[in-house]
Amino acid sequence: MLAKRIIPCLDVKDGRVVKGVNFVNIRDAGDPVENAIYYDEQGADELVFLDITASHEKRKIILDVVEKTATDVFMPLTVGGGIRDLDDIRDLLNAGCDKVSINTTAVRDPEFIRKAAERFGSQCIVVAIDAKRVHDSRFEIDQERDIPDWLKVNKEMEYLTLSSQDTAAGVKRWEVFTHGGRRPRGIDAIKWARYMEELGAGEILLTSMDRDGTKDGYDIELTRAVSEAVGIPVIASGGAGNLEHLYEAVTEGKADAVLAASIFHYREYTIKEAKEYLIRKGVIVRPV
Amino acid sequence: MIAIIDYGMGNLRSVEKGFAKVAIEAEITSDISVIDRAEAVVLPGVGAFRDCIRNLENLRLIDAVVRSIEKGKPYLGICLGLQILFTESEEFGLCKGLDILKGRVKRFPATDLKIPHMGWNTVKLKKTPPIMEGIEDESFFYFVHSYYVSPKDDDIVAGTTEYGIEFTSMIWKDNIFATQFHPEKSQRLGLKILENFGNLVKRAG
Repeated sequence: MLAKRIIPCLDVKDGRVVKGVNFVNIRDAGDPVENAIYYDEQGADELVFLDITASHEKRKIILDVVEKTATDVFMPLTVGGGIRDLDDIRDLLNAGCDKVSINTTAVRDPEFIRKAAERFGSQCIVVAIDAKRVHDSRFEIDQERDIPDWLKVNKEMEYLTLSSQDTAAGVKRWEVFTHGGRRPRGIDAIKWARYMEELGAGEILLTSMDRDGTKDGYDIELTRAVSEAVGIPVIASGGAGNLEHLYEAVTEGKADAVLAASIFHYREYTIKEAKEYLIRKGVIVRPV
Repeated sequence: MIAIIDYGMGNLRSVEKGFAKVAIEAEITSDISVIDRAEAVVLPGVGAFRDCIRNLENLRLIDAVVRSIEKGKPYLGICLGLQILFTESEEFGLCKGLDILKGRVKRFPATDLKIPHMGWNTVKLKKTPPIMEGIEDESFFYFVHSYYVSPKDDDIVAGTTEYGIEFTSMIWKDNIFATQFHPEKSQRLGLKILENFGNLVKRAG
């Protein structure tokens, strides 16, 4: 049986782990490679580097990080953040990463996902969706939406836009955000996920903007809605505060994998503890 | 030396680094003379069957790979490197494979299960090929694929995996070893397979 995956995520800026934590096994807390090795030894199922380097000139640094990581760590590695063209993907894959996670560029130009999947294969194209719950009241008030141009001009794509009728009728909706969660795009997250699958995405990395950083648990309704809407694997992200949250995401939420940053990063739990907990609860995971 | 065939697809670097990690000499190449000289061939790769065959054809590498296998040199196929050994694939209509092994590459049947089959799954051993030495039955390995092989000859099936159906995840026939999963992404146990393969090549050479 296919195991549910536990995926730690490291934020990397200018080649350094953000808020690196010193720990017995780690000499240099800011070194992404050392952190990757630590998670590898812990039995993480995959690893995600989220590159939050702001300047485009410094983007090459992540390639060096990937290359060094791939020398010592033999598990699937995903890199997200700042991917703008096919060459960015090619460079990352050549450096030794297995999948790339694309968010803003997919919203700016959905066809990019089709091209990327055709060129490199769906298996390495992860579409990251930052979704925020739409409340009826907010939907009407908040007019500051940055609706992408292709959506404004193409009538056939109109079905992707959030419908105020839906929200008024009490249907639960989530809106797609980009630019690290700062920009609402007027797109329905569930329909977007399905569209991305259609264009060739191999996996969805789904982050709840409402829960991210709260430690209140994943948005289970969102996770379940997206997971049931698509036929590709869904990674739940945003809100993990304890091990029960991981359990909820892969059971009620129907997620195929769970991504967590702070609970592992700050050593509140080890990957091993998380896996033992899930195994005790009857979830199939790869034992450490 | 082991030749890792470079045909412009897949994460070859991980395979190369995997061999380096277990101190086995391996070289990424698309040079026919290097392949001819090599003691063994590794054909990794993820992506589409048709592109794989087409790229191998364009680089005129098919003969070199087949020659190496026919000479009895050890072959390790990973993912697509397993699939292309077979007669044909259903991916994008029907596409011809190398036909070294009889059988067809099929898509997972449409069910509630997510496609691609992505993540860690167990391999139930039907045989114990030398590349699995020291690895327990039902160990977890990393998979990512939407198609699987259905061999005509049950005898070549070395391992199977459950994903809605029970499919062939490992092949062993004489000097041919092939896995649907990715040893280069399967941490300690995956490296053990690469090491075992390297040791087998040394013994054969």
